Amino acid sequence: MSKASDKPSKPKIQEDRPRSFWQRLFVRKGVSGGIILPILAVFTALVIGAFIIAFSNMDTLAAWGNFFHSPLVAFSTTWATIRDAYSAMFIGAFGNPAEINKQLGIWLKTGENKALLAAIRPFGESLVLSVPYILAGLGVAIGFQCNLFNIGAEGQLYIGGLATALIGYSVHGLPWYIHAPLAILAGAIAAGIWGFIPGILKARFGAHEVINTIMMNYIAFRLTDYLLSGPMKSKGGIPVTPDVLPTAYLATLFPSPVRLHWGFFIALGLAVVVYWLLYKTTFGMEIRMVGANPKAAKYAGISVSKTMALTMAISASLCGLAGSIHLLGVDHRMVRAFSPGYGFDAIALALLGNSHPLGVVVASLLFGFLRGGAARMQSVAGTPVEIIRIIQGMVIVFIAAPEIIRGLYHLRSSRQQKKIAQTNISES
Amino acid sequence: MSETALINADGRKSRRSLYIGIFLLVEAVAMFFLLKGTTGMVSTFVLSSRRAGVDIAAPDLVIPTWPAIFSTGILIGLAGIWQSVRGFKKRTTAVLIAMVSLGLIAFLIWAVRDKSLNLTGMLVSSVISATPIALAALCGIYSERSGVVNIGIEGMLLMGAFVSVVIASVTHNVYIGFLAGVLSGVVLAALHAVLSIRYRVNQIVSGTGIIILSLGLTSYFYRAFLIPNPRLNSPGTVLPSLPIPLLWRIPVLGPIFFNQSPVIYVLFLLIIFTQFFYNYTKWGLRIRSVGENPKAADTLGINVFSLRYISVLISGAIAGLAGAYMSIGSIGFFNEGMSAGKGFLGLAAMIFGNWNPGGAFLGSLIFGFFDSWQDKLSILQVGIPSEFLQMAPYIATMIILAGFIGRSRMPAADGTPYKKE
Amino acid sequence: MPPILELRGITKTFPGVLANDHIDLTLNEGEILAILGENGAGKTTLMNILYGLYSPDAGEIFIHGSKVNIHNPHDAIHLGIGMVHQHFMLIPVFTVAENVMLGVESTRAWGVLDRRTVSKRIGEISARFGLKVEPEVLVEDLSVGIQQRVEIIKVLYREADLLIFDEPTAVLTPQEAEEFFRVVHSLVEQGKSVIFITHKLKEVLEIADRITVFRNGRVVGTTTPSESTEASLANMMVGREVILTVEKKPAKPGEIVLDVADLHVTDDRHLMAVSGVSFQVRAGEILGVAGVQGNGQKELVEALTGLRSFSSGKVNLLGKDISRASPRTIREAGSAHVPEDRQSDGLVLSFPIKDNLVLNTYYEVPFAHGLNLNGGEIENAAKERVNEFDIRTPSIFLPASTLSGGNQQKVIVAREFSRPIKLLIAAQPTRGLDVGSIEYIHNQIVKKRDDGCAVLLVSPELDEIMSLSDRIAVMFTGKILDIIPTEKATKEGLGLLMAGVLSESQAEAA
Repeated sequence: MSKASDKPSKPKIQEDRPRSFWQRLFVRKGVSGGIILPILAVFTALVIGAFIIAFSNMDTLAAWGNFFHSPLVAFSTTWATIRDAYSAMFIGAFGNPAEINKQLGIWLKTGENKALLAAIRPFGESLVLSVPYILAGLGVAIGFQCNLFNIGAEGQLYIGGLATALIGYSVHGLPWYIHAPLAILAGAIAAGIWGFIPGILKARFGAHEVINTIMMNYIAFRLTDYLLSGPMKSKGGIPVTPDVLPTAYLATLFPSPVRLHWGFFIALGLAVVVYWLLYKTTFGMEIRMVGANPKAAKYAGISVSKTMALTMAISASLCGLAGSIHLLGVDHRMVRAFSPGYGFDAIALALLGNSHPLGVVVASLLFGFLRGGAARMQSVAGTPVEIIRIIQGMVIVFIAAPEIIRGLYHLRSSRQQKKIAQTNISES
Repeated sequence: MSETALINADGRKSRRSLYIGIFLLVEAVAMFFLLKGTTGMVSTFVLSSRRAGVDIAAPDLVIPTWPAIFSTGILIGLAGIWQSVRGFKKRTTAVLIAMVSLGLIAFLIWAVRDKSLNLTGMLVSSVISATPIALAALCGIYSERSGVVNIGIEGMLLMGAFVSVVIASVTHNVYIGFLAGVLSGVVLAALHAVLSIRYRVNQIVSGTGIIILSLGLTSYFYRAFLIPNPRLNSPGTVLPSLPIPLLWRIPVLGPIFFNQSPVIYVLFLLIIFTQFFYNYTKWGLRIRSVGENPKAADTLGINVFSLRYISVLISGAIAGLAGAYMSIGSIGFFNEGMSAGKGFLGLAAMIFGNWNPGGAFLGSLIFGFFDSWQDKLSILQVGIPSEFLQMAPYIATMIILAGFIGRSRMPAADGTPYKKE
Repeated sequence: MPPILELRGITKTFPGVLANDHIDLTLNEGEILAILGENGAGKTTLMNILYGLYSPDAGEIFIHGSKVNIHNPHDAIHLGIGMVHQHFMLIPVFTVAENVMLGVESTRAWGVLDRRTVSKRIGEISARFGLKVEPEVLVEDLSVGIQQRVEIIKVLYREADLLIFDEPTAVLTPQEAEEFFRVVHSLVEQGKSVIFITHKLKEVLEIADRITVFRNGRVVGTTTPSESTEASLANMMVGREVILTVEKKPAKPGEIVLDVADLHVTDDRHLMAVSGVSFQVRAGEILGVAGVQGNGQKELVEALTGLRSFSSGKVNLLGKDISRASPRTIREAGSAHVPEDRQSDGLVLSFPIKDNLVLNTYYEVPFAHGLNLNGGEIENAAKERVNEFDIRTPSIFLPASTLSGGNQQKVIVAREFSRPIKLLIAAQPTRGLDVGSIEYIHNQIVKKRDDGCAVLLVSPELDEIMSLSDRIAVMFTGKILDIIPTEKATKEGLGLLMAGVLSESQAEAA
């Protein structure tokens, strides 16, 4: 019979501190391979995208038609197509480095900033585009942390936009430091309620939130149609709201044509808030517990249904803010085709960022730059913008089934890594 | 649902019973509001129609507005009182559906007060609108009955629409186009199947990925190839309607059921076949068992995985067919995002029909009806914005999902990947 | 004539557990063999091997004298082996006939089900063996007893000659059990051979021809009813191995901490799981609740910890009525709970160990002030507890899934014990643990008791109950048959009570 005093010598433990930031990036639970998998997923998707671009280009196809006559031409045309497309994308996303350099020099010398602004416009634009992504991505991510699938981001976006626009154009005489926050708050609350409904239906009746949020999307769309052709319509023919008053604007940081506005920092700030909420508060602990193991959460005394409903509301609020802030910073009025699918993309984002606020921000920036670049890629190289969506879809597939990437690149799975780690622990 | 919910179930059941009763009473009261100003009016439903240049005459259905609405109101009110006091118990769902339908009919009668509406025409277009939804619902049924959730139907519809148009344009043959559409649905479904069954990916994630991929691929290739080459987007003929000899002349029923696109006939046949398949055949039984309790099926030597694969592939084929119908079966060309949410409505219809083809078809008809009614009714200037009428199917789905209309009979193992020990 | 079944040297290991250790077994034709043993003795594993659900690491199977390989249930069915599992493999929304024919459907042309033939055959089997069922009724509308009949018909429908029953009477009422025995006799009269797995002594003596006793994965012995008594069987089952006794001083019971009065609790199927249980636990004593799993212990614990509402009765904690209280309130009143299933109920495996150590106290000062979590405090407390309770892990930041079973349980114990508690409810605290961890947990429990805590220990392990408890209550079919001071309890006596056998004096008292 072993006695407690017969402990085998304890393994030598180095100073027990949280694994370093970099360690955590590389070995994170959930997505095997930590950060390597998302990077490889995006890379692979871009490569496949390249091939799609190449072979939907008329010249390339023609060159391959002539393969047996001049094989080298086929390859060189292919390469040229891909190079043109992706370099256009790069410039569209970041701006032309050479040009920026040059203009920077000129500005430093003469103070002439107009051309410089034009040169950095693409970069600013990409950041602008990433703002709704960050917010919607945070919303969906916080839902995922509670194992809730908020597919209703798109609809919540619209509701947020509607509420914000309403406060924006109908309330007069307020100074900006009240008007703008009020409008934003209205958007958050309206969208929060919109998401609370499926949340409570799930919590009380067990109704699956996927279908319910999708239904709420369509209800939101119809509601928007109605409001924009009637009660909230501006004078004039097109179904748009009146312009929001300037006191509700989110100011831009630079003069035109750079559209980067304060909403960018609000979004980043909210990312920090979400991080704090999830990992530094009791409520965040509850959210994650309910998402990881509702039974244990119940045993720990947490009200699972209350947590679920509240989390859906918060998730929806954030998605609504994506709409609100984009509206106040860029469009300044509500239009019918308000979103090019930000809500759906947010799902891909949250998955790519592993539902962690930092990951979401990085992924959002990526998507923002992709989108910024894609616009130019379309105008210059003729590649349709929708290539982005194809890349997103592939990323989802690769992240959801890591075995594919692992198999492709011969990586060891985290389970195998864990087994090795465990044998190390038990042997020592 | 929590264990405590089960123990409190009896309490909740009687509360739910009361809520339904109150709902019916409210509905009855709403009827009485409709009565205002309708004395002496008459609602005329034109039942004649004109197809292929031939008039199929039928007498007009002339309904005196006030008495009709009044009696419906009384009937619903009585039902409401009975439900609140005694409750219809097992018949509650049927009664509820009947009363809601009556209410809708009364509403329609009110909308047509002092005017006339071609009811036959409206029903015909309802069926046409309902078809892609019904096919999408069938797609969902085949997949989910075997235990695999498929929310990527929307993507499969789009792919089917796109591929069928392109192939039909290239081969100048609509039928080959349809075949291609069906096959494209199968390919996408295969992707979903491999992800969900073999890799045990979360099926919602997999479905969402498929939608996004499909949206991207179709829009991309539309812009890259179809816009510069309009020839690729012009299959020429649309699949023509196929009147069934003799039957198509029957007043009212003829135009609705017997003079439609062949795809609609296929739909009818599929519905009957599916109902028959799942309830009367050996393979239907086995697939259902896999969807309800895969472990039990496994212990009886049934191959859970292969049955699930086959089911998902079949569902993909149906979705491809639906997509092809939307393009070369109706308008004759492809438009970006033309599936317009029909895939999700199909899911809603499937839930409405409790995963049964018959019920799903009924649900699709209702959705289709709302679709065509908001068109016609806006012409009639009903006074309710058409957008709100459009919202009705979605709200109805949510109410059904919340369990107010009977118990939802989702296949018990739906959505859970199966792991062999 | 060779025996219908012979197993030689069957061995099966699962990670960390030797489930079957060189098992030899024979079954003669027309015989009823009972396999007796406690939970975890390896009985079900062996039968699953025989039915093709697992494959043995070593050993051979002989049917009618010829060696066979059974790779899957198909093979087993082919060989005439049929199994009725402890947890029914039925599809609730199917009819009886559909469940029976699944996999071996009779069909007409085009795969159309031939329900009439199936119904007829079911009727024949029904009549032949006395198993009355209505083929067209939905299984979910049937009582458990009739559902079992369906399972038996399933097996007979496939022309099984060797029938295996795993704990057949576990979920049956006494009347349904009587009915079941009648059916078994009928089966044997018609030439079938039956193995049934059980831990119920009375049944075994009633109907078995031979009895093979399992303990800890080995066959301990084979005997016949004529050669044994319930007592001798209980002895064989539970064994005379070295018991892990804990050094403990005699109890000094103080005030009443937990007062349970006439508690009635229903389970998930709306059946009465706890029917009128009353008892008290005092400070400084350990009350052990012995009994075979499935006699209401789970529901009892759930009711006492606020996880399950109950229909009638009262529960008082130090005079406060906690009958309707939430789990959190009960905990804050000084109650601690070590749950039965540590991985699904007690831990969040994906969370780091440090978080698991505050899983139900994270919101209290000093771990949190209002909304704000104090990560530093949590970490410090975690480090302390890891040291204090000797939890073996290289880091408190690793997820709890990296811990061994014993260390996982230590986390739960550390969590519950690190605050002043008046009542400890421990359900199967040493399930699946190695000897060292068991000893450790036991010592901790006794220490708490010596500190003045009231302890309610629920466990199917009789050794554990006997070595730890000051008083022992035996639970059987939702009732407490008797509460005995440990000095007066014997293993055999407790075993009998656990099987529902009351001695004369007890029967009079009841």
